[in-house]
Order: sequence, then structure tokens, then C-alpha cells
Amino acid sequence: MAGLMSRASLVVKSKFSKLLDHAEDPGETLDYSYEKQLELLQNVKRGIADVVTAKKRLELQETQLQQSLVKLDAQAREALAAGREDLARQALERKSGLQQQLQSLDEQTKQLEQQQEKLIASEKTLSAKVEAFRSQKETIKAQYSAAEAQVRIGEAATGIGEQMADTGLAIQRAKDKTEQMQARASAIDELTTSGALEDFTSDQTQLDRELGAIASKSQVDQELEQLKSELGPGEKQKELKQ
Amino acid sequence: MIVRVLGEGQFEVDDEVAKGLNDLDDQAERALEAGDESQLSELLVRMAEAVRTNGTRLPEADLSPSEAIIPPEDLSLEEARRLFDDDGLIPDLP
Repeated sequence: MAGLMSRASLVVKSKFSKLLDHAEDPGETLDYSYEKQLELLQNVKRGIADVVTAKKRLELQETQLQQSLVKLDAQAREALAAGREDLARQALERKSGLQQQLQSLDEQTKQLEQQQEKLIASEKTLSAKVEAFRSQKETIKAQYSAAEAQVRIGEAATGIGEQMADTGLAIQRAKDKTEQMQARASAIDELTTSGALEDFTSDQTQLDRELGAIASKSQVDQELEQLKSELGPGEKQKELKQ
Repeated sequence: MIVRVLGEGQFEVDDEVAKGLNDLDDQAERALEAGDESQLSELLVRMAEAVRTNGTRLPEADLSPSEAIIPPEDLSLEEARRLFDDDGLIPDLP
């Protein structure tokens, strides 16, 4: 079995050799290849936009999870202050579950970030080579006979073809990663909406309701105490006399 | 000789480096055959490192073809298998 380098070379060459076989006339081959290069440049730009969109979605999900964490933390404190350790424990358990989700979202966002950087770098290189190819193509067309042109085309087209395959690979890998992330993000959305994880971002959870009840009870108690102290024993008597 | 690290770019390296690359390449091939992902990953990183550290990066507008092509250093085992598969990890060009 050949080494990975020669196998990679074979794969890369097989991808762009078709471009060279396309046309009989050297001039046509050059124009056709150039057209394909421009198409690929559009593809890589679209690929970058797709990664950015996917990243935004993950970031939004992250923000929502962050908010839920803050809320659960406050709820745990509230519950404990009200002497309800059971509720506090529940809130903290949920918090810990969400923290894990958040951590994995964070890692995924970083991975997408890397894909984005790679695509941008690949676009930049391809763009520079396409421009070089364009001017070389005009020179070849103007200065060489058909036979000579064929040789020159071979070199230029191989150089650019390699880059095209490389950029194609970067687009494909970014696409695969983005799809994996999207599937995961959807799975988290689904879990929260189906209630399996409970929708922590909805307005009312069981925990909210119980804590709400405790809060209103303690508020009533507090106000009652305040009224009592305001009236005082003397006032009370006065009030009774009236 | 000119070497391309897929996903990274082209570099000019001397014969000494090229020889070192061939050794690493043989080991990488064995790691792939054995399905040893961590070994494969380590070797790909070492190959890319060798080129980056000892080579000179080609200008972006250079249209020279490469004499050797190294797979991306962060290629997973599954991706490596797909890369060399008939369907391929590299899509057909537009």
C-alpha cells in the first residue's frame, strides 16, 4: 500500500484532471477552468456564510442556556432561604445538567470558529491563485502556439487544480461539521420542547410555581409583621377603643 | 521540493525534510491500516509541523504544482478513510 502522501496526491489529481480533459482547444480549456474557479470561489463564500449562520444559532442557544443557569441559581438560593432544600436541590441538579450542555456547545462553537478561519484562509489563497491564473491565461493565449500552450496550461492548471481540490475539501469538511452541530442543536431544542429536559427558558416551571407560592406566603407574613409593629400594643388599644 | 499540506498551503522544503516526511508517511499509512486514530493524528501533526517549521511558504499567487500532498493535520480516522475512498471526502469540482 502506498503512503498517505501519494494517495492524497492521486485523489487530488483525479478531482481536477477532468477539468483539463474538458475541451480540445487550449484556449477553451483555460476559459472553462477559469469559469469553474469562479464558481468555486462563490461556493467557498457561501460555505463561509453557512458556518457564520450555524455559529450564530449556537451562540443564541448558549445565551439562552446562560440565562437559565442564572435563573436556576437564583431559584436555588430562594428555595434554600425559604427552607425548601428539596427545591433547591432540584434547581441545582438542573443547573448541573445545563452546564454540561453549555460546555459542549462552547466546544462546538470553537470548532466552527476554526472551520470558519480555515475557509476564509482557503478563499484568500484560491482568490490570489485565480487572479494569477487569469493573467497567465491571457498571456498563454496571446503568445503561444497551440502545442506550446498545451504544456504551459498543464502546469498552470495543475497548480490551480490542486488548490481547487484543497478548497473543495475545506468546504466539505466545514459542511460536515456544520451539519453535525446543527443536528446537535436541534436535538437540544427538541429535548427542551418535548419536556424531556424541561423547557428552562419558558416563563413558568413547576419550580417557579412552588417558589412563587413560597414568596407570596412569605410576603404576606412579612407585611403582617410590619403592620403589627406599626400598630404597636398602644395603638392597638386605641384602635379598639374607637 | 514543493509540498502541500491540505487545508494549510504550499511550502518549499529541502531533501532532508522530504526524507523525514517519507518516514513519517510510512508510519502514518500503518496507523491508518491499523485503525489507530491517535497515532495517525500524531503523525499527521508531525508531518505538518516538519513542513511548517523547516519549509518556506510559497506566495499565495504561485501556481506551481506540488510534488507531495499531505492530508490535513486534524483529519479524523473516519475522514481519512473517506478521503481515500472512491466517493471521496473531496467533492467533485463544480
